[in-house]
Amino acid sequence: MLKRTDYLTKRYGLKESWKLSHYEHDGGYRQARRVMRMKREDIVEEAKAANLRGRGGAGFPLGVKWGFMPPKSDKPHYLVVNADEGEPGTFKDRTLMELDPHAIIEGCIIGCRGIGANTAYIYVRDELHLAKDRLWGAIAEAKKKGYLGERPFSVNNHPVEVYVHSGAGAYICGEESALLNSLEGKRGEPRLRPPFPAQAGAFGMPTTVNNIESIASMPTIFALGGDNFSKLSSLHDMRDGGCRLFGVSGHVKTPGVFECAVGLTLRELIYELGGGVAGGELLGVIPGGCSTPILRADEVVDAAGEADPLHRWHGQSVLDVPIGVDTMRGLGTMAGTCCAIVLSDKACPVRAMHNLVRFYRHESCGQCTPCREGNGWIERITSKIVAGEASLDELNRIHEIAGNIMGNTICAFGEGSAMPVLGFLKKFRPEFEEYVRTGGTSSPGGLALSETLGLSDS
Amino acid sequence: MSFVLNPERDEKLREILERYPNKMAACIPVMQLAQDQTGWVSPEVTDWVAETLDLSTAHILGVATFYSLFNTEPVGQHQVWVCRTLSCALNGADTVLAHCEKRLGIRCGQTTKDGKVTLRTAECLASCGSGPMMQVDRAYHENLTLEQVDVILDRLTTDSTPD
Repeated sequence: MLKRTDYLTKRYGLKESWKLSHYEHDGGYRQARRVMRMKREDIVEEAKAANLRGRGGAGFPLGVKWGFMPPKSDKPHYLVVNADEGEPGTFKDRTLMELDPHAIIEGCIIGCRGIGANTAYIYVRDELHLAKDRLWGAIAEAKKKGYLGERPFSVNNHPVEVYVHSGAGAYICGEESALLNSLEGKRGEPRLRPPFPAQAGAFGMPTTVNNIESIASMPTIFALGGDNFSKLSSLHDMRDGGCRLFGVSGHVKTPGVFECAVGLTLRELIYELGGGVAGGELLGVIPGGCSTPILRADEVVDAAGEADPLHRWHGQSVLDVPIGVDTMRGLGTMAGTCCAIVLSDKACPVRAMHNLVRFYRHESCGQCTPCREGNGWIERITSKIVAGEASLDELNRIHEIAGNIMGNTICAFGEGSAMPVLGFLKKFRPEFEEYVRTGGTSSPGGLALSETLGLSDS
Repeated sequence: MSFVLNPERDEKLREILERYPNKMAACIPVMQLAQDQTGWVSPEVTDWVAETLDLSTAHILGVATFYSLFNTEPVGQHQVWVCRTLSCALNGADTVLAHCEKRLGIRCGQTTKDGKVTLRTAECLASCGSGPMMQVDRAYHENLTLEQVDVILDRLTTDSTPD
């Protein structure tokens, strides 16, 4: 159900929207002031009631995660905010940092109070220089007002400092344990778990890692109340609450970031918010960042069993299922970051997969053999397919290689790279076979539409 | 010759060290600070960072070679990264890259002979709704047309002011 909201994006159109004056004009920092005087367990309860599923892609309930932090401990606790936005297709977090950084800083104060931390690090990928500048600017403004520092809002015994930490170019650092290693000044290689971050995270201390959109939603959650926030969503009964940022890019007429209540469908995202498919008919859609397996335009929901959570959508197009963490999982894909990539029927699925496997080969950290070697192997075979030099045996071998990556790596990058490959092969098997058989002459073309931007390079 | 941080950056160094509970955590920001000054992580920079943070040069080299934005060899005065990942590719990134190569007379990964511009590709730069795009030094240029690419590259190649 398409329900536009403006809790996170209200100030996006304003001149110098990132300034404290705009934020406070809309009631900014009132929740942090109130929360700094609340008890930790009450804060966590409120966060749990919001049913906010982590906005970074995995969709873990934020309140539950906060509840993992040790209640009483002499050790310092840390809040680490993941703003290493790099999942291909995803461009929502950047807008928050650039256009409304104070919501993030207020969210950090609420988060620090909620998990008993005195320090928050916002880990931003290096390329986002403007975002980092805006965050540092917001920190300086908040500090000057006494909202950060030794006695935030004149509250004793709970100092809060917020710092921006820059990455240096590595997709894997969006994985929380790799991010923690990177924050500690090491190579961004994922860690074995246990111990989980809540036991031993940043600098070996209890740590919570939250996506930056999750943190930016905190002021809204506390302003509305957790339960009211959750009920904005049409999937409240599936414990998938609130509003969130949706993005759409690729072959659509009006790409962009849109704030809506959870429960939006892919059809609404593509045809109403995205303005419809550019240059042809819909071939398929990658629902939430490139690691989420693609859905074909002509797929229907197969959930005949009454106990199936998707039963109420049985027989309908997958495009009409609300985008939620559990609904998308039921379709064999993921809601991920809720930033969809749209492919028209003028795009070649073989080349689209090739683009992604090249990405995964480049970004595998190399620590685990199945991922390092497997992604290299898949990329080599896919390159041969694209060049029209591969056999059907080699096409079949990709299944085996991808299958051997699944479950055999330290972190979720392994699944995140193998799942979309298996998705492409399953959904577009006839197209892949035809491509291999004809050496590519069956392909509708490349990736870009011929009329794109007058890009006719002579 | 050993590396020395200039006074303005030296002030910044002190501020960076205050952010973390130990010196190792400052590794990435301090190396970025040094690279801002020299353009790349030279052996002198590696030694200096190691000494400043009480770490081994092996650790510094390990970090420098892990992340794609540390230059382990000298680069041009200006740096251009063309995003090549799916959303940008669906909107013509390959054409933009080919155009840059032709216009600059170099291949991706190379630096122009006059040392002005290094051309590289980047994986997704979180600008998917405004592709094709490229990053030039610290700035994003989005919704590119080939005419705009020409204007940007002309400015870089005729720019006579040092970075």
